[in-house]
Amino acid sequence: MGVAVEVENLSKSFGSQNIWSDVTLTLPPGEISVLLGPSGTGKSVFLKSLVGLLKPEKGTIVIKDIDLVRTSEHKLYEIRKLFGVLFQDGALFGSMNLFDNIAFPLREHTKKSESEIKSIVLEKMEMVGLEGAEGKLPGEISGGMRKRAGLARALVLDPEIILFDEPDSGLDPVRVAYLNQLIVDLNAQIDATFLIVTHDIGTARTVPDNLGLLFRRNLVMFGPREQLLTSQEPVVRQFLNGRREGPIGMSEEKDVAQVEAEMAALEARGGDDHNGIGPKGAGGGDAVPPQLTPTAGLPARKAERRRQERVARMLHEFDEETREAIRASLPEDLLAKADSGAFTPTEGSGGRHWAPEPDAVGATGRAGTTTLPRQGGDG
Amino acid sequence: MTATDKPKAPGLLDGRFSPTRPLAASGNLFAFALDVVRALPKRPFQIREFIQQTWFIASVTILPTALVAIPFGAVIALQLGSLTRQLGAQSFTGSASVLAVLREASPIVTALLIAGAGGSAICADLGARKIRDEIDAMEVLGISPIQRLVVPRVLASMLVAVLLNGLVSVVGVAGGYFFNVVLQGGTPGAYLASFSALAQVQDFWSGEIKALIFGLIAAVVASYKGLRAGGGPKGVGDAVNQSVVITFLLLFAVNFVITAIYFQLVPPKGQ
Repeated sequence: MGVAVEVENLSKSFGSQNIWSDVTLTLPPGEISVLLGPSGTGKSVFLKSLVGLLKPEKGTIVIKDIDLVRTSEHKLYEIRKLFGVLFQDGALFGSMNLFDNIAFPLREHTKKSESEIKSIVLEKMEMVGLEGAEGKLPGEISGGMRKRAGLARALVLDPEIILFDEPDSGLDPVRVAYLNQLIVDLNAQIDATFLIVTHDIGTARTVPDNLGLLFRRNLVMFGPREQLLTSQEPVVRQFLNGRREGPIGMSEEKDVAQVEAEMAALEARGGDDHNGIGPKGAGGGDAVPPQLTPTAGLPARKAERRRQERVARMLHEFDEETREAIRASLPEDLLAKADSGAFTPTEGSGGRHWAPEPDAVGATGRAGTTTLPRQGGDG
Repeated sequence: MTATDKPKAPGLLDGRFSPTRPLAASGNLFAFALDVVRALPKRPFQIREFIQQTWFIASVTILPTALVAIPFGAVIALQLGSLTRQLGAQSFTGSASVLAVLREASPIVTALLIAGAGGSAICADLGARKIRDEIDAMEVLGISPIQRLVVPRVLASMLVAVLLNGLVSVVGVAGGYFFNVVLQGGTPGAYLASFSALAQVQDFWSGEIKALIFGLIAAVVASYKGLRAGGGPKGVGDAVNQSVVITFLLLFAVNFVITAIYFQLVPPKGQ
């Protein structure tokens, strides 16, 4: 089973520039989580902080009772063996062919014989559909193949946490669909904890168990997918529907009055449900599409039942619409337990709604208005 | 700490002219050098990478070094040829030429080529890997890039520097001989006979020690700059440029210090 990643009050700055602050979230063990956010909100920085490549100034990242922010370099290298990371362009070693690239971690960390290594590498390459490309150099293959090779290399040490940095970038929709299916299948097979950073709303709507959104130096929301998909929070709605109307601007700053005018115009046109579809699979209002399931023949995801129990316990924490959506996904026995009050409320057992300060975001209940503060002024 | 937190004003210069900045930079470089030294004895030693790098650095430096050494020896021979004639000390031409080549010319030529050809290649290689996330990927796979990549390069550069120094000494002395004897009409016998009049074996060893230290500095600075390259392909170019400049400055300063120490430790011949 994968391990949980507990992030608390994490803040990161480069010089005087704050990237994000007070990020608190828990990646539940074995579940798939997706982190969304407009370009330049530090999603990649967050990933790099999780594996200890960057040191946040504040907060803790706890994995297996070890705080990655403050642990020694030696321990960090040990903890990193739990991780598999898929970098944006695969980050393959340009001087080695695909076989050597994928065999690299095995040769460095294990004392396996060359024939064992060969069988493991070929198995992983088959898993990601790269049979027959062992001898190619990274420069000779397409971006999609590089990504899959990077994924094979990340999988080779049987990691317990796998991080994906924009697995969909540079791929066509069909390949993204295959890759998403591959991610779900992998999760069913190895039951590791997954975190995917992406811009692709189609992925975000169908793949994960949990969703999060980074915006304006904060984690706006992190929780079960139903929570964000049905959320009326203006930033979340705008991002998931891929429209211009809303608080997110081209350069992240937007006038409050302008936002209000835009939202009024949108409402006048009939809201998100009549707004057509946005780019990157965005759109669909607050519909909760069914989650991807593993390919027939594979075992069911072990995380599925764990997650159902987890969200059933948290059911009372959500608002009406989220509750409805979650109830629709729960099996009878858990619903009965939840209704009979058999679950004692457990605090901090996973997702968490970032509670905005009263002056930061008002009227979260209505999609039509927003009162986000201006940035850069006296506030 | 929420979204309402005012972002800190970046400030006009943003610490760019802070008096502690150069100190921090040299401190980081020194810390990096210590990390390299600490990683030296760690197993497994990357013998394959070491051999590859030695071969690579040697292949980019040998020919230019030999080509630079010939005119260097010639210039020294020409200068000394006329100078000794003016002073009436022609019999010491050969000796002085050997002394100049062994003590100063060969370590300096080695330094220039190791920094300019070897160091820049190391820096460009590591920088390109850095901006393509290869270094990060390596760290995430639990492998220290210092142990895996930097240590073999530093050792290779030191080994090649020592060998190059020998090459420059031979080529420089031979070039000096050719120009003095063939072009300036000096006496071959006198030139050869005076070889050991002033020069001593310690001069050769000091040259080798200098070359060893120059090789270390050049590789450490190049690796340091390469691993900290950022900002795309231009960042790699900048890193290479800075690494060559910094290495030159350091090498000439260190050369001065070592020479001063040498004269304290080894008395000149005949005293």
